[in-house]
Amino acid sequence: MQVPAPFEYERATSVDHAIALLERLGSEARLVAGGHSLLPMMKLRFATPEYLIDINDLHDELGYIRVEGDEFRIGAMTRHRELLESDELAAAFPIFRDAEKVIADPVVRNRGTLGGSLCQADPAEDLSAVCTTLDASCVIRSSDGERVLTMHEFHRGPYETAVEDAQMLTEIRIPIRPNGSSAYEKVERRAGDWAIVSAGAAVWMDGETISDARVGLAAVGPNTTGIGAISEALRGQVPTEELYATAGGLAAEASRPSADSRGTEAYKRHLADELTRRALRRSVARITGTNGQEA
Amino acid sequence: MTVTDNPVASFHDNDQHPVGFGRMLRKEDPRLIRGKGNFVDDVQLPGMLHLAILRSPYAHAKILGIDVSAAQAHPNVVAVITGADLAEQGLAWMPTLSNDVQAVLATDKVRFQHQEVAFVVAEDRYSARDALELIVVDYEPIDPVMDVRKALEPDAPVIRDDLDGKTDNHCFDWETGDAAATDAAFAKADVVVTEDIVYPRVHPAPMETCGAVANVDQISGQLTLWCTSQAPHAHRTVYALVAGLPEHKIRVIAPDIGGGFGNKVPIYPGYVCAIVASLVIGKPVKWMEDRTENLVSTGFARDYVMRGEIAATSDGKILAVRTNVLADHGAFNGTAAPVKYPAGFFGVFTGSYDLEAAYCNMTAVYTNKAPGGVAYACSFRITEAVYLVERIVDCLAHELDMDPAELRIKNFIQPDQFPYTTKTGWVYDSGNYEPAMRKAMDMIGYDELRREQAEKRERGELMGIGIAFFTEAVGAGPRKDMDILGLGMADGCELRMHPTGKGVLRLSVKTQGQGHETTFAQIVSEELGIPPEDLEVVHGDTDNTPFGLGTYGSRSTPVSGAAAALVARKVRDKAQIIASGMLEVSVADLEWMKGSFQVKGDPEKSVTIQDIAMKAHGAGDLPEGVEGGLEAQICYNPENLTYPFGAYICVVDIDPGTAHVTVRRFVAVDDCGTQINPMIIEGQVHGGLTDGVGMALMEIIEFDELGNCLGGSFMDYLIPTALEVPDWETGHTVTPSPHHPIGAKGIGESATVGSPPAVVNAVIDALKPFGVRHADMPLTPSRVWETMQGNHTPPI
Ligand SMILES: Cc1cc2nc3c(=O)[nH]c(=O)nc-3n(C[C@H](O)[C@H](O)[C@H](O)COP(=O)(O)OP(=O)(O)OC[C@H]3O[C@@H](n4cnc5c(N)ncnc54)[C@H](O)[C@@H]3O)c2cc1C
Repeated sequence: MQVPAPFEYERATSVDHAIALLERLGSEARLVAGGHSLLPMMKLRFATPEYLIDINDLHDELGYIRVEGDEFRIGAMTRHRELLESDELAAAFPIFRDAEKVIADPVVRNRGTLGGSLCQADPAEDLSAVCTTLDASCVIRSSDGERVLTMHEFHRGPYETAVEDAQMLTEIRIPIRPNGSSAYEKVERRAGDWAIVSAGAAVWMDGETISDARVGLAAVGPNTTGIGAISEALRGQVPTEELYATAGGLAAEASRPSADSRGTEAYKRHLADELTRRALRRSVARITGTNGQEA
Repeated sequence: MTVTDNPVASFHDNDQHPVGFGRMLRKEDPRLIRGKGNFVDDVQLPGMLHLAILRSPYAHAKILGIDVSAAQAHPNVVAVITGADLAEQGLAWMPTLSNDVQAVLATDKVRFQHQEVAFVVAEDRYSARDALELIVVDYEPIDPVMDVRKALEPDAPVIRDDLDGKTDNHCFDWETGDAAATDAAFAKADVVVTEDIVYPRVHPAPMETCGAVANVDQISGQLTLWCTSQAPHAHRTVYALVAGLPEHKIRVIAPDIGGGFGNKVPIYPGYVCAIVASLVIGKPVKWMEDRTENLVSTGFARDYVMRGEIAATSDGKILAVRTNVLADHGAFNGTAAPVKYPAGFFGVFTGSYDLEAAYCNMTAVYTNKAPGGVAYACSFRITEAVYLVERIVDCLAHELDMDPAELRIKNFIQPDQFPYTTKTGWVYDSGNYEPAMRKAMDMIGYDELRREQAEKRERGELMGIGIAFFTEAVGAGPRKDMDILGLGMADGCELRMHPTGKGVLRLSVKTQGQGHETTFAQIVSEELGIPPEDLEVVHGDTDNTPFGLGTYGSRSTPVSGAAAALVARKVRDKAQIIASGMLEVSVADLEWMKGSFQVKGDPEKSVTIQDIAMKAHGAGDLPEGVEGGLEAQICYNPENLTYPFGAYICVVDIDPGTAHVTVRRFVAVDDCGTQINPMIIEGQVHGGLTDGVGMALMEIIEFDELGNCLGGSFMDYLIPTALEVPDWETGHTVTPSPHHPIGAKGIGESATVGSPPAVVNAVIDALKPFGVRHADMPLTPSRVWETMQGNHTPPI
């Protein structure tokens, strides 16, 4: 049994209470949501917080998936399993269900949360890639009020976010745009493992042409990466294999992978290319109703 | 001896109280699946303390000093012990199972990352762990030796400077076979194929990690040790020899064990630390390692760098196999193998083929890696041997452009050649290879698959079919050849029948999940004709079982299984004499009817074994010279090993875009001789096959050049899940062992031995369009893709 270092434990009953506790306990306090990233790190003593503030009782307040105006709003305490099972979300953004099917295993998905995933800011984290792909924004709350940040602003580096002391992530907002679809592709060494590389794509079409497209990659750099050049290359174009190849090439070029036990740099760059093509192809197929097999 | 495949239900759900061999649910399962097992970590004793071990962050470093004062000052800490403290008692070093020595706690220097340096005993597990962080060790790092190929370079730092006069990292040399005859066979061959083949370091990773509870009674001096041991008797004797404790004052209890796979054969420093702590402090002490400790410091497996060479005629007659092996034994030679076999049973690398000559030359070296060396379901290095020969035979098929099944069949040892003496001196007891191979090919639809593959190749799809045909050598072993630390590899068995005809069977071997409580009850049931439910099987406690060397190397059924059958026959022989008295006929006039003795030709006159048991304990006279009671004991010394074999065929698909391998199908036809419980056999095969997929595709304990172990958690050391493996398709043939009393051979490791080459051969077959002949395990997506790009030795 791996045992963590000593810590004190508090249970928050509301977002305000959690923030008040964070203010009182200072920078040695950490929120624990699903605990599936934090607790393993504590058991290995890579993380040794003095205080844990358990926010699982906030699931009532922060566990939701709803449409407000032209946005999907998802509470930070929404669990992987709820994201996986939401038909509404899957209808608007199939990328969520694609990704959730290949994140971890049922035990982890029953507890792990959207907020915890984004705040962990692991470069191989799947939901960050999904949110980047969908141009999501993040709502951070403190006793001074709320800030809304883009994903780009939110992630400051590996394991580093814009959430500062005495603040917490409360909500993710995703713009709803017509005539679009999305998809997620991941290669893993074994079911439930972190990605070797994964790619998310979202495409919007105007008749035969692509009106906008976004690609987000995980595990190919210090943070999940959105690639602006791909959006530029795809806008106004008719989707073809050649176009996907161009986008794949741009994805490989934009990647900054490092070699590790999951794979060589060259292989990861190759996957960035291959998975970008697949995700784009599948997104377009979902819009046009074709089967998405390689042409 | 025929075996029928009854569905599970038909055995237990009928009213006939079946006896003997056949499918039956495991007697141990109700306890285990209801959480009522009793594992080492379940042992709680009054006043018990907890021990945690401080481990080295360096792979190779001098210890300049250790300051334990802050740890000692921790309010819940009872004792902090270093190597220097143990040295004062002469306990800093202990012998390994290969007559080397290993540090219990490092004194002079550390020789692998995570080596044991000091331990803390505290009132609870948390405090013990916390106090480790308060110990300050002053290290002076030394360059580590991590690459086995560089260990013998003249300027390599000497790891084992503790050994007198040691000036290099050489561990041992070993050879087998006939070098000159092999050279001659190679010289006349039409085709010679050479391939460098690495079997990487892997880990057994049992679900339960290792641990012990030691309790030394201050008054009687009795040591009771609850311990994760696959060999409690051997451990007890070693403790007696090492620590000078009188053997009759040591009781080793291996309670339920959550998987061993060889990982629980060695004696680990942690066990010794717990004993020392209990001795010094006078209270019971528990040590349970955590997952990381298990992965980074306990018995690993494999780590063989092999050059394989095969010589053949142009029409595919294999003439000879030659191999040169560099064996990485880590910092201490902790290999668990019979003394005369430093390379285990690697000598069976000639496989299932009738060769003219064979030769192996091996050099073993020390490196700055964890010791151990033979653990992990490998039948003493047969895993490496089978991988080598089955890979190199496929390389030959590649060069000859011959079907790998046809090549194998052409070269099989023929049924009339058994017993067959191989060119390295192993006497294969029995075999009938071609029917097993044909059965596997039929089951999988081999020809149809080859047709499908041809079509797919046309379309650029990557599909592979891989074959492995293995012969194992299990059941160590005849005591004239085989001993561990001087202890002969024989096993005892005791059977005592109670007056009501129920019985208790005591074994020297110890289950770690193999189902001994069922299998051994069935063996006696078969011999005595009483239901397996009527037999209690006792094992794992040295006070309550006869001496023997324990469970590993698939030896339980070949050795102790034979003992169980023979002890039951002894009981039956005595029962026959008693029956002759009861029926007032001569012994020769009685016929055994599997459960009763009957007067020949007179079915009316018979007595059951239960009647006889009551008579043996009851009133009235017994035949002259017969003592009361109905019990027997035996110590069985096997005449030879047993040689199970099998034909495995694997089908894989590879995504050409991502290089991800999917195992689509796997057929395993095993022949382990007489089958005792086919369901248990299948369970063992399923586990071994899953293991093989893991080794072939994902498992590896790697190190960086600084000596850091990169496989210290299940996030880093991957083992397969149900999603990585297909529905296993198993079949069998039955070729009994001629020298085993019931014709049984071992099965525990067959699938682990046979499946890695089948999976690898399938992947390489799928990559044939890329001209690939070999790539090393684990065949991760990255490595497969790099191989497709022409890089045959990618880092991962
Ligand atoms: C076996 C296993 C496999 C996994 N596989 C994958 C995978 O394939 N892909 C993948 O993407 N992930 C994977 N994960 C990670 C999993 O998705 C985690 O659950 C998730 O990353 C973290 O969510 P959590 O709620 O458990 O966060 P926690 O562990 O509770 O917290 C993580 C961090 O976020 C902080 N935090 C949590 N909530 C908030 C908040 N609302 N505001 C501010 N800070 C907050 C915490 O203080 C902590 O620092 C895996 C995990 C495990 C154990």
